[in-house]
Amino acid sequence: MNMLKKQLMPKWFYQMASPKWCYKITGQLLPIFGCAALGLLLLGTVWALLFAPPDYQQGNSFRIIYIHVPSAILAQSIYITMALAGAVGIIWKMKIADMVAYACAPIGASMAFVALITGAIWGKPTWGSWWVWDARLTSMLILLFLYFGVMALYAAMGKPSKAARATAILSLVGLVNIPIIKYSVEWWNTLHQPATFTLTEKPAMPVEMWLPLLVMLIGFYCFFATSMMLRLRTEILSREKRTAWVKELVTKSSVR
Amino acid sequence: MGHIMQFSTWIEFVDMGGHGLYVWLSFAIAIGVISINVLQPWMSQKKLIESLQRKFQRESKLK
Repeated sequence: MNMLKKQLMPKWFYQMASPKWCYKITGQLLPIFGCAALGLLLLGTVWALLFAPPDYQQGNSFRIIYIHVPSAILAQSIYITMALAGAVGIIWKMKIADMVAYACAPIGASMAFVALITGAIWGKPTWGSWWVWDARLTSMLILLFLYFGVMALYAAMGKPSKAARATAILSLVGLVNIPIIKYSVEWWNTLHQPATFTLTEKPAMPVEMWLPLLVMLIGFYCFFATSMMLRLRTEILSREKRTAWVKELVTKSSVR
Repeated sequence: MGHIMQFSTWIEFVDMGGHGLYVWLSFAIAIGVISINVLQPWMSQKKLIESLQRKFQRESKLK
């Protein structure tokens, strides 16, 4: 059985299942992603605020895009990550995958929150209203509530293995909301402008505008990786605190 | 690419053509939320390691 499994997935997939190995590798990756996030977000922010040209219609309120679009994309990516990690946790009984899903939820919720609030702030000078019950906005609000639901379920269920199963099922069901968010601007009449970035087409805006946006987006992804690994490592230590390797690690290390 | 600064004075930069409040508020919220998402797990990890260290120290003294 073990041999059969080994042929199915790459080697790292099984190494990942070891909390000790996972703790070690994330410890090496953490400073890389942390520095990349800090550097890219600083560069992107200065670029976005000082050097990117204003929009000919929206003026300088357009600069909100450099927060709004990355946080909205991230909120959805994190949701997909959370649901897939939950599925892996159910299918392969992989504890690390459960912990990844657990670590994703609060970060995703805060990104959905940032996307919604910056959308509202942007909406005021652009549409003349903080909020409209539009398909894109409503489906994004549902995403935030899905995150809240997942987090509440974690809080309500004491046993990690039971909580992981329940939250994984909830997040997998909630996955239907992701294509609804994506296509909401095409399926329904909406105030919201269409997608800024697509994988198949060139962006509609000039390079001076989308290049800093790309820098911000990659910066946001690096931030997610950093925050997620920090949470994951704490969760690993907490769940493995009775093992010999954690004892050895903790007693040897000085407090950072 | 014309990477010229878009604002010639500080006042212009802060005002953002009348949209200053909206732009600065958005960036401030993002910076706040991102910082919390890094600092909070960092602190909780530090706390956990410290409490485990104390626990293992107590245990080794008992032996």
